[in-house]
Amino acid sequence: MREIAASVISDHVAEMCQDANIYLGEDVFDALKKSLETEESPTGKEVLKQLIENVEIAKNEQIPICQDTGFAVFFVEWGQEVHLTGGSLEEAIHEGVRRGYTEGYLRKSIVDDPLYKRKNTGDNTPAVIYTELVPGDKVKIAFAPKGGGSENMSSVKMLKPSDGEAGVIDFVVNHVKAAGPNPCPPIVVGVGIGGTFDKVAVLAKKALFRKVGSKNPDEAFAVLEQKILDKINDLGVGPQGFGGRTFALAVHIETFPSHIASMAASVNINCHACRHLEREL
Amino acid sequence: MEPKRISAPLTDEVVLELKAGDNVLISGVIYTARDAAHKKLVELMDQGEPLPIDLTGQFIYYVGPTPAKPGQAIGSAGPTTSGRMDAYTPQMFEKGMKACIGKGLRSQAVKDALQKHKGLYLAAVGGAGALLSKRIKKCDVVAYPELGAEAIHRLEVEDFPATVINDAYGNDLYAEGAKQYAR
Ligand code: SF4
Repeated sequence: MREIAASVISDHVAEMCQDANIYLGEDVFDALKKSLETEESPTGKEVLKQLIENVEIAKNEQIPICQDTGFAVFFVEWGQEVHLTGGSLEEAIHEGVRRGYTEGYLRKSIVDDPLYKRKNTGDNTPAVIYTELVPGDKVKIAFAPKGGGSENMSSVKMLKPSDGEAGVIDFVVNHVKAAGPNPCPPIVVGVGIGGTFDKVAVLAKKALFRKVGSKNPDEAFAVLEQKILDKINDLGVGPQGFGGRTFALAVHIETFPSHIASMAASVNINCHACRHLEREL
Repeated sequence: MEPKRISAPLTDEVVLELKAGDNVLISGVIYTARDAAHKKLVELMDQGEPLPIDLTGQFIYYVGPTPAKPGQAIGSAGPTTSGRMDAYTPQMFEKGMKACIGKGLRSQAVKDALQKHKGLYLAAVGGAGALLSKRIKKCDVVAYPELGAEAIHRLEVEDFPATVINDAYGNDLYAEGAKQYAR
């Protein structure tokens, strides 16, 4: 049986925390550059230019792309033929986050008690971790530092099956319209459809881990992604909400089978600082 | 359109020259404050106590930067969502603040306060924290050090880019900009 030491997981996680916050992925960077060509508003173009320059400064001078270095969110696919030695998976990830955020001069944005004391934990732990046991002997760790400003603009709605495609479109477009400039557009829109109340929220989050520009493998949902994207951009909100044609860079839909009585839907928004990183061990 | 160069702190004349949609480059001294610092300032105002900084003519920047590395004035330093400060902002204008910089929508009460007290609400580009940090030359804590990243800092800025969202005349770039490009 293949063995992986907990300390190895921590080392990878610490590196990933720093890298994701400093180097924007090529997928998002390309989408930003492409939008500069199609943006019609002069102010909108100016914003996109600043964002592109920002990504370059971050990379060249090792400064975080955004000061909100996020809630650390992980999706782990653990091959069931791998044995973890020397600690628990959760603690190994937390240790990596602790080190990555401290050594990387990243902002610690997590408070322990959400309602009363709200005291900063000082090391950005705990992380939010979803673990899936999969066949094989590989381990895949996907990480995204999720900013609060865009996370706050999220929603779950239990639609009726009869609401149909139009119901989903209305829900997503109206929600994004109300969010307006708050989540730092251009945004990436994660949409979940199906499952239960809790499942659908995770689907939308998972959608934000996809490469920007990738399509849902199901043709019907790929078409719906484009349809919703066009409607969102037609709102005219534009980069930073200053007016323009680039409100969103992409819409990603993830689905799950549904109960006969339900059609759960969710929206989770990410900003242009759509940081995500994946490693396979 | 070329950005207008303005200096901080602000005068009423400059406030009244600026309109929603104008791009500006700010040079001079500005102060930072987020949720926790606002809460403390407004508590002092309610008790009639003196404030740790004189707000007259000042810019307040809503920011909670990343820690500075050795040799840096400040870490990544982009704006945070302004709406969380809405409850406190009208009182800040009453005490002489002239402008605030953040990102995102404001309440009607804030927009009314801008007209009443001749003030401005500006947005810096949210998520451009690395770029904006380069325009901040010096950063010192001046009040509430116990709040860490949320303490009130005095910043010396040079050509700090921002866009006027709400002016003293009731104009609103968020509303007008979207209307212009909607289809
Ligand atoms: S929404 Fe994104 S870009 Fe904007 S401040 Fe938050 S993390 Fe940064």
